[in-house]
This record gives sequence, C-alpha cells and structure tokens, in this order.
Amino acid sequence: MTEPTGGATDHGEQDALALEGILVRFGSVVALDGAHCRIRRGTVHAILGENGAGKTTLMRAAFGWLTPEAGMIRLDGQPVTFRSSADAIARGIGMVHQHFMLIPAMTVTENVALGGAGAFDGARFGARIAEVAKRAGLPVDPTARVRDLAVSAQQRVEIVKALVREARILILDEPTAVLTPDQATELLRWIRTFADSGGTVILITHKVREAFAIADDLTVLRQGRTVLSAARAALTEAHVIEALTGASVPAGDGVMATAESATRRATPKTKAPRATDAHVVFRLDRAGYVDERGVTRLHGVDLSVYPGEILGVIGVEGSGPRELLRLLAGRLQPTSGQVTRPDAVGFVPEDRLHDAVIPGFSLTENLALADGGEARGWMDWPRWRTTTRDLLASADVRAAGPDVPMATLSGGNQQRFVVGRERRRATAALVVENPTRGLDLNASARIVADLRAMAGHPTHAVVIHSADLDEVLAVATRVVACFAGRVLEVEAPSDPADRTPYTRAMTGMVEGIVTEVAR
Amino acid sequence: MTEALLALWDGAFGSSYAIWSATLVRSAPLLLLGLGVALAFRAGVLNIGAEGQFLLGAISATALAQGVGGDLPGVVMIPLMAVVGAAAGAGWAGIAAWLRHRFGVLEVISTIMLNFVALATISWMVRGPLQEPTRIYPQSAEIAHAAQWPFLIPGQRLHLGFVLGLLACVIAWVVLTRTATGFRIRAVGASPSAATSAGGIDVTRTVTRVFLVSGACAGLAGAAEVGGVTWALYEGISPGYGYTAIAVALLARLHPGWIIGSAIFFGALEAGASAMQRDAGIPSVVVQVIVAVIILGVLAGSQRRARPTGGRR
Repeated sequence: MTEPTGGATDHGEQDALALEGILVRFGSVVALDGAHCRIRRGTVHAILGENGAGKTTLMRAAFGWLTPEAGMIRLDGQPVTFRSSADAIARGIGMVHQHFMLIPAMTVTENVALGGAGAFDGARFGARIAEVAKRAGLPVDPTARVRDLAVSAQQRVEIVKALVREARILILDEPTAVLTPDQATELLRWIRTFADSGGTVILITHKVREAFAIADDLTVLRQGRTVLSAARAALTEAHVIEALTGASVPAGDGVMATAESATRRATPKTKAPRATDAHVVFRLDRAGYVDERGVTRLHGVDLSVYPGEILGVIGVEGSGPRELLRLLAGRLQPTSGQVTRPDAVGFVPEDRLHDAVIPGFSLTENLALADGGEARGWMDWPRWRTTTRDLLASADVRAAGPDVPMATLSGGNQQRFVVGRERRRATAALVVENPTRGLDLNASARIVADLRAMAGHPTHAVVIHSADLDEVLAVATRVVACFAGRVLEVEAPSDPADRTPYTRAMTGMVEGIVTEVAR
Repeated sequence: MTEALLALWDGAFGSSYAIWSATLVRSAPLLLLGLGVALAFRAGVLNIGAEGQFLLGAISATALAQGVGGDLPGVVMIPLMAVVGAAAGAGWAGIAAWLRHRFGVLEVISTIMLNFVALATISWMVRGPLQEPTRIYPQSAEIAHAAQWPFLIPGQRLHLGFVLGLLACVIAWVVLTRTATGFRIRAVGASPSAATSAGGIDVTRTVTRVFLVSGACAGLAGAAEVGGVTWALYEGISPGYGYTAIAVALLARLHPGWIIGSAIFFGALEAGASAMQRDAGIPSVVVQVIVAVIILGVLAGSQRRARPTGGRR
C-alpha cells in the first residue's frame, strides 16, 4: 500500500488531531482496521470513502462517540482517551452529524443549551448565541423554534452549537447533502474562512470535486483502512478515484473477493435497449421530490425503464436512490413532474422485518397482507393457505408450513418469501432494495435467479438498489447513479472488474455534473 | 385466611343468587368494557378511557329515558337506549381520536383526562338537568318502567346487557379472525409500518374506527348498567369498571373469546369482595390489590414473551 505523504508534515506539534491505528469492530464486522490520519491545525481536511468505508465511524471515534478497541488519539500532540462525546466537546471538538441532533419542538437557545450545566438564563444565553453566531458570520435566530427552520438554518444552529462550546476542531458529516448548490457554496466558503482564522475542519464527504475545491489535505478510507492521506496539492483526482475503488491495489490486500463476484456478474449493457414508447415499463418525466423538511431529494429526473431490464440504481445515502425507488414503487408521489408506472408494482423495502412483513403473523397472514388495503368482507383463509403453500413451493421457501410465524424463518427464506409475494402482486414490475443483503451465497444466488426470471418476461422490468456496489453489479443489466438528487446513466466499462466509472458517477466526477465551489 | 377465601367464594358462586344476581351482573359491564379495551389495544390504540366512555353512555341513556319518559314502548325504548349510549361512548372516544389524529396528542393522556371530565359531567348532571324532582338527592329519578331492561331469569337480576356482552365478544372474535376489517385491525396493531408499506392499509382510518368502536362498547355498557341494574343515574354508578376492564382485557390477552372468562372472573372477584368484607371483615380493597397484581403479572409475562421475537422497534 503506497502512501504519499506530500503535505502532511512530520512535525507532530502542528497536528490538531492525530488518529493512529484505530480498530473498531461491530460484532464480527471490522469497521475500522488500523485507520489513521493526521489533521493539521488551521486546515480543512477531507475524509473520503465509499459507503461503509468507515468515514463516519472514524470520526465518531475522534468525537468520543465510540471507543476504539485499539489505537491512539492525539490532541495537540498529547494522547487522549475520550470516555464519551462530552469529553471530546470539553476538549474543543464539535461534530455536526449527517442527521441533525436537534429537538424540533425547542427553540434554538434551548437546543444549544442542552447538555450544559448550571442555571439556565434563556435571555442571556440567547444573547451569547447571537454574539457567537454574529462573530462567526452565521445568521441564526436564537428565539426561533427549530421545527420552523429550514434545513440549512438547522445546520447553522448545529455549527453554532459547537462554536458556543468553543470548538476548535469541527467535524462535518456530509454537510452539503441536504443543501442546494447555492447553500453548499456558501457553507464551503464559510468553512474556508473558519480555517483561515485558525480553526480546523474535518469534512466527511463522498464528493471528490468538493474535497478538491475546499480541502488542504485529503484522506481516503477503503474497507476500514487508510489507503491515501496527503496534501491536495500533491494529488490528482485520478489518484483519489484509484484509491476509492482500489483498482490498482492487488487482490488479497483487504479487497473483497471481486473475482468471485465478477464471475457472477451479468455484464451490464452499455445502452438501454431501444424500444418504442409503448413498451416502456416506467417513465419519469422531470420528476422531482421535495421531502417534508423542504429538502429537494430529486431534481427533475428523466428516466425510462424498458422491458427485460434489471436496472441497478447506485448512489450514497441521501443522494436520492431511496426516493427514486419509492417514486417508482408508488410509495411516494412526485412533488413535480410525472411518473408513469404499471398498475401494481411489487416493492421489497430495505428493512424487511419492519416494513415488509409482520414477524409475529403466520406466513399465510403475511401473504394476505399484500391485499390488506383492498380486501373486503370475509377473508377466505383456506384459499390463502393454499396460495401460501403454492408460493412456498414455487419460491422455494423452506418453512414448516403456511401457519408458522414469519419470525421462525431464516433471513434468506424471508427474503424469498417477500420477493415471491411481491412478484405475485406485480403486474409488470418489481422494485427491490438490498436484494441480497445479509444473505449467504446460496440464498443470494436464488434471489438473483428470481429477479432474472421476473425480468425475463418480455413486458416486465426490475429495478434494484443497494448501498453495496457489488450487489448491484452482480444483477443489474444497466446502471444509473444518483448524485446530489440527479440521476445519470453509467456507461459500463469494457473490463467487467473495473469499478471506476461507477465510483466516478457516485462521487460526481462525470461530465454534466457541476459542483459549485468556493475558492 | 381460609375464612376470607371461603367468604369470597360464597359471595361469588356460593348460591344461585350469588351467581345469577351478583357475579354475572357485575360481569355484564366488564364484558363490553373489556372487549372495547381489547379491540383498541389490538389496533395499537391505548384507550384508557373506558371509564369515561361508560359514564357518558350512562348519562345519555338516562337523559333519553327521562326525556322521552314512558311515551315509548320497551321494544323501541331499550334498543334506542343502547344505540344512544353506544353513540355517546363513541363520541367521547372520538374526542381523543380527533386529538390524536389532528394534534398528535397521546391517547393515553387524553382518555385519562376525559375520564375526569366525564366524572365532573355526571356530578353536574345529577345536581342539575337530571336531578330527581324533589331536588334533595344528587341522583336522577328512577327511569320509566318501559326503559328498564328485561331480566333473563325470573327472580334473578341478570339482565339483557349480559347477553349483549356475550354476543359482542363472539361477533368481535369472528370479525377479527375471519374478516378483512379484522385482519386490517390486527395488522395495524402489530406493525403500522408493514401495514402501510406492504399492505397499503390506511392506518389512520383503521385506528380511528377502532377507537370509535371501542368507545361504543363502553358507552353501551353504561346504557346497560342504567337500564339493567341501577335504573337511575348517580355519581358512584361505576365502581371503577372502566379500569378493571383493562385488567379484563390484559388477562384475556386481548382475545375476544377469552374476554368472557376473564370478565366473569373479575365479576366474581367484585361480587365476592363485598361478601368477604361483610362475612370475614376483610376490606374489599384487598381484591383491588389482587387485580393490580394480576395486571402486573400479565404484563411481565407478555413482555418476556415479546422480547425474543423483537416486535416494534
């Protein structure tokens, strides 16, 4: 593993924060495997990585949110141990999480005061917040209720909250994901000013261009390890993409068994099949979606899904895939534009036990649940039981019978049951999140076969999404990527093992994507 | 100790009078109230307001009987009382349902508060609009003979309300297990997210309807108590039936069929308690201690069962 150390100096006293050999495990999953990075004082340091690379976990360790099993954290060169995030806050570290930690019903003043000690004088504390906010150049109204604030204003509250506690090191987790391009530009400009005046900023991001535009140093994580850490000046975008995907890293060095998944992979086609409009299964026409917080999740998406396709949707959390799949499945209605979809679309949501089945209900009842909204009068349970028995046989679900509770089935069998049920309901299309997550190889192969069988029908189509790129590539015949609420076509590379084009699309490194930046 | 238990048993089942005129008479309101609570709980609605809904049913049935007087024959009057009582109970529950739907007010809070409002309402009624003509006692005059519900067995006090309660339990059992509506109720109660996402079920509509039906059961019980037992309205018309009903529902594990056994069990405890106090000198509140212990026991037991499979997050 090569590690250019261009700009990061060896003089420890310049480091505001240094993380060395951080090891974090969740059960048997190794989230961080000796990750390290050094954050120079007065700089902006971007932490890059794909989904699950460990970016957020590493910063949570730095923030005292979780305690690493091994490794060293140095603050201003001195080793420190954080027992909780309160310790980290006391030592001048502030973190703005991707999902804000604010209580909507309370005012800005009350939210900022939370976690403090001693007597609380609202008016005085509010004045102090106003003063800190003014000095920092972040407009914030201390008397406003958080629930009445736009998301960008809530984010400013989070930053001010850290500054009121005299944070010298600010950790921002994907801060631009919830902002419009203009707001993002403004935030990045503010980050630069903050660093120029002596503050230190750690920016967790998946947007390579953003990192290049704002950061002084970059650290790239892959599968829990630091694969690149250097000054921006010493790097090119190609370096970073390479580090993100691990394309040049020999297999066996912490890289997943891509050879195995490559053999299973259906070589994605370059172009969507040319079909006449009459044969389109889904059509999105300038479809946009603004969520209940007022955040634009999808910007005027144009997309057609053709018969026989398994369309793979890739993209990190918050960039739009979740909303795109729900628009297609009819679980969300577009707030602008149009979505044309078949009458009944089968939908397999990512959280199976929570959203797709009722664990305490029998298999028969879980099958009937698909008709729950429309059913009238008497339930014909004998017929449902027969149908369930048929489904268990045709979908090859291993269960003791139609009357056992769903909770008694293994994860793979539950997923096969749900996919089977949704195929039964679907007239022409199936939308599936995380089709094979958590399943063993055998179970995965069966689900993939199910999806292919569905797409094999001349008028049917399947749309899948997973945070795991390999999972999508293993099944999809065409891939589109979501980036900042936009959807772009990804041209399949000639070498099926090459993941670079997908990573480039998910991180906004393609033509047609303009990231407005400060500087 | 033995003496006390014997007195309890005698008071509950010791004679035909104890069975038909004490135990089952007290079981009658518990059947309907317990069923209402169970239905609500099944749909995930924590309706603690059976007591208030019962009182509103009692008030409106009395008002109807006093208002129309003996003008109507019993065959019209009695069904009318049942309908009006049920409607009043549903309306009282409807306030809490609306608060939940419109403002997100927890029904646990609103229904308990409405219980106190109902108590205050009955206090006002028996000193105001519905007070007996002499204006001496805080209670209503006796309702007209045509409004008095028929006894089932000559010489015993068991009344029509008990049969209605049995019938309601059987109907509810069939609805829950055999019909689409019942299936929706169970699905919504077990997992609102799966009911919405996988079933396309309108959770708010289902929950609101169950809430109203739950209130209607309690209101009907109130009407039956006035028509079948007290023939008049007064403040202490319910010795906490609406709260005992929660124990009835929990002991029956929210199953409408088992409500029957559970209601009779608690009816027997209520009946036996007075006998125990009279014959053995043991305060009848001891029975309330027993009731509380049963509730805690059932809750602890169901929690232990619920944990391994997970359930709601």
